Amino acid sequence: MKRILCLLTVILILVLSTAAIARAEKTEPDSDYVDLSDTERVVNVYNWGEYIAPGDDGGMDVIAEFEKATGIKVNYTNFETNEELYNVLVNSNSSYDVIVPSDYMVSRLREEGRLLKIDFNNVPNFKNVDERFRKGEYDPTGEYSVAYTWGFVAMVYNTTMVDGEELSGFRDLWERRGQHDVVMFNNSRDAMAIAMQLCDPPIDPGAKNFSEEDIERATDKLVELKENGSLNRYVMDQVFAEMEGDHSAMAAYYAGDIATMMDNNENLDYILPEEGSNLFVDALCIPDCCKHKKNAEAFINFMCDPEIAAANADYIYYGTPVKAALELMDEEYIENELINPPEEYRDKCYTFTNMDDKSYALMQENFIKACTGKANVGAKSAVLVILGIVVLITIVLIILDIRRAIKNRGRIYKL
Amino acid sequence: MKSKRPFAVSVRNRFSLETRKRRSESNAGIRSKRPAIPYLGWMLVFTIVPLLMVLYYAFTDDTGVFTLSNFKNISDYSHIFLYSLYVALISTLICLVLAYPLAFSISRCSERKQSIIIMFLMVPMWMNFLLRVYAWVLILQSNGPLDTMLSFFGIHLSLIGNTGAIVVGMVYEFLPFMILPLHAVMSKIDDSLIEAAQDLGCNGFYVFRKVVFPLSIPGIISGVTMVFVPTASTFLVAQYLGGDQLMIGDVIERVFQFNHNDGSAIALVLMVAILGFLVLMNRFGDKEAVGR
Amino acid sequence: MKKKSQKIYFAVIMAFLYLPILYLIAYSFNDGKTSVWKGFTWKWYSALFNDAQIMGSLYNTLIIALLASVIATILGTAAAIGIYNFKGGVRSAIQNVSNIPIINPEIVTGVSLMLLFTFAGTLMGFEMGFWTVLLAHIGFCTPYVILNVTPRIKQMDSSLYEAALDLGCTPVQAFFKVVMHELMPGIFSGFLISFTYSLDDFVITYFTRGSRFQTLPVQIYTMTHQRINPKANALSALLFVVIFAVLIISNAVSSRKDKEAAR
Repeated sequence: MKRILCLLTVILILVLSTAAIARAEKTEPDSDYVDLSDTERVVNVYNWGEYIAPGDDGGMDVIAEFEKATGIKVNYTNFETNEELYNVLVNSNSSYDVIVPSDYMVSRLREEGRLLKIDFNNVPNFKNVDERFRKGEYDPTGEYSVAYTWGFVAMVYNTTMVDGEELSGFRDLWERRGQHDVVMFNNSRDAMAIAMQLCDPPIDPGAKNFSEEDIERATDKLVELKENGSLNRYVMDQVFAEMEGDHSAMAAYYAGDIATMMDNNENLDYILPEEGSNLFVDALCIPDCCKHKKNAEAFINFMCDPEIAAANADYIYYGTPVKAALELMDEEYIENELINPPEEYRDKCYTFTNMDDKSYALMQENFIKACTGKANVGAKSAVLVILGIVVLITIVLIILDIRRAIKNRGRIYKL
Repeated sequence: MKSKRPFAVSVRNRFSLETRKRRSESNAGIRSKRPAIPYLGWMLVFTIVPLLMVLYYAFTDDTGVFTLSNFKNISDYSHIFLYSLYVALISTLICLVLAYPLAFSISRCSERKQSIIIMFLMVPMWMNFLLRVYAWVLILQSNGPLDTMLSFFGIHLSLIGNTGAIVVGMVYEFLPFMILPLHAVMSKIDDSLIEAAQDLGCNGFYVFRKVVFPLSIPGIISGVTMVFVPTASTFLVAQYLGGDQLMIGDVIERVFQFNHNDGSAIALVLMVAILGFLVLMNRFGDKEAVGR
Repeated sequence: MKKKSQKIYFAVIMAFLYLPILYLIAYSFNDGKTSVWKGFTWKWYSALFNDAQIMGSLYNTLIIALLASVIATILGTAAAIGIYNFKGGVRSAIQNVSNIPIINPEIVTGVSLMLLFTFAGTLMGFEMGFWTVLLAHIGFCTPYVILNVTPRIKQMDSSLYEAALDLGCTPVQAFFKVVMHELMPGIFSGFLISFTYSLDDFVITYFTRGSRFQTLPVQIYTMTHQRINPKANALSALLFVVIFAVLIISNAVSSRKDKEAAR
């Protein structure tokens, strides 16, 4: 028994010290970069769910088309939120070649040195991209990203459950008291932004930093949504099931996806919230864990091909930055307010910027608390008491068992 | 544990020295501790070290300095912890109440019939657990079959997105885990014991209290453990069926996405609570066994 | 009277257990994506078989389950023999540590392994995926093998092994002909349990798979947690049929064996 204890202590010390060392020296990015593109004909793409034309219902299967044109195999995986993408890149040692973060996440990754410069000699189709989208605040030099789509946040509602005439903006989401039929973004950035707009006085969601108090206030606003019985649940891609299946009455979501939902369920309609909303660009980037840079650039190039971009936009219903593609689109697409919002609405919108680390962490932490509601003192002390009793009794029992075992020299206890 | 050593020794003495030597060398095969070495190493690396890492992360901040602030942070999830215990308790009780009479009546069938029934109970258990939850999502969702049926009678309830839905899902997931251990114990209760009690003038309830119940306690204990532990700690069931209501497993997963320190602290608390519960249950079982 | 109420109760429980699954299966034939019945179709099945991702993850699952259960069986059998030769306190201490993956909440095992693998991954530069999942699966399978083999070792008469040696077997022969023969039922059931647990595991795989490696349970998660997906229904139907067939066959085999034994 003693020997085991000694062993355990040694291990503990070993683990702790190596962990501490590993913490101290963060690995530097590799300078001698090796591109495996020529030997491995694959490209690992990490994109949002429902964000590429899958070839259902007679449309183009963009991935299959790319594989056919280049002979490069696509490993395609999905993420649901920018934060998930970020965590995977930072924590999992996984290697991706193409990722599609939103603007603020592009700048976060770029500032942390997690993006590679794109070699535009390999992306000749870049000439098709609209001047407006060639660089942005998130990538001032335009070297790290190629815009994939742009869009904004709007509201969708079910006409059988809600009277559209009475809706004006996001604040109506908070007015479904007791109905439990509002679905809200399940990611800290988008949900908090809407809550911030509705705070009194409002907080600018596009700010660079937020004070603890600001985030606290936004959290309370979200808690209110839950506690006044408006909220059904927080969702991301599930929003399709919720709205298309007539399970929920109202949602704030990305406008392009709202257009998709309205195609699938004729009970749905949309409004452009009067408060204005988040205007965003999602961009194709190459992360520093990339192992097939040339293939990645081939993929990015392919996505900027007017025909491909048009076929893709026709399915996902987001705005495409590829100017030449717009000429191939039908009128229905061009005139759709959810894809091309009117100028005066666009003026009311704001864009996200990269926050400092503290605001970023605080926002995520507080968002979970908004989802779960906060514990009151009673709950905290109850847990303390329960844990205390359990631990105490366990310790007493183990001591008794050990004493008995020493007496009998038998087995200690068996779980 | 008791071997037939005296006999073995006396036999052994008759063999020549050579045989004995050969045997003691080769006995290494089944008398040696050496075969356990790879696994001992394995346990060290893949069981002990990961738990120590949880411990390490739970007590340090993100620069690796010792701190207790993680526990202060996670106290904000106390109510989720309590809620998980509550759901686990309710689900375990319902499972017990549903399973007990069933297990007893199965155990009174013929052996052949028993094995067939047990097989039928195990089929749903072998289905993927997410698909089983998913089935309940389809059934309970608004405009789903149950909702349509109820609204046909003019009843409008929200069937999904509440504690009831979570409990239904949990009971569905784990009911077989209650039935099987109960049945295993009850099938060993001899019919003649019950008959004897009846002959001695016990009524039904008395037979139950004096014969069936005491003999089934080990089954109850292992059933309760097998249901309570996973229901308290499972994740996703609440996400599928509970609407915005999360359980402690979901919170661990969410928090782990951006903060390993807080996440480890919650995992540690959960582990301590569950291990404590197991030790208590085990002790309780021992006492009962000894008491008889 | 009493019999009848028992039967009704039994039927109710069976309905509770089976109706949801049967409902899932029925809707795998629905020509439409919602809960409204729109006519009979096989299209979800063909969509399922043509889905390269699902087929790929099925392949991964089978490979992982096979490798993990074989390795766990070897590791666990050896360990069970070795551990049995430890004495009293040390042995029960080892057994308790060995049981940790069984008694610990799955999610705790999952996150603890994730911590280990991310840590080792940054240190040595590998990414989580096939190998980490395999290691994790071996980790939670081996204790089940040990639990199944140990009682057999207890029952085994060690003089059998000695007798084999005296009759001229080499130790290796004696081990495989006698000891293995005696332990076989335990080893086999340990293997089966490992195999099924590994096939079905979601939680631990979810935390140790990195972000690209998919097994079937993880695939089912990505299919069902976003929206209603009739392919998942089709998959449940197939799984159900396979499970049913396996259980019926195994039941038939074992009952025939019983009969022969009775004779």
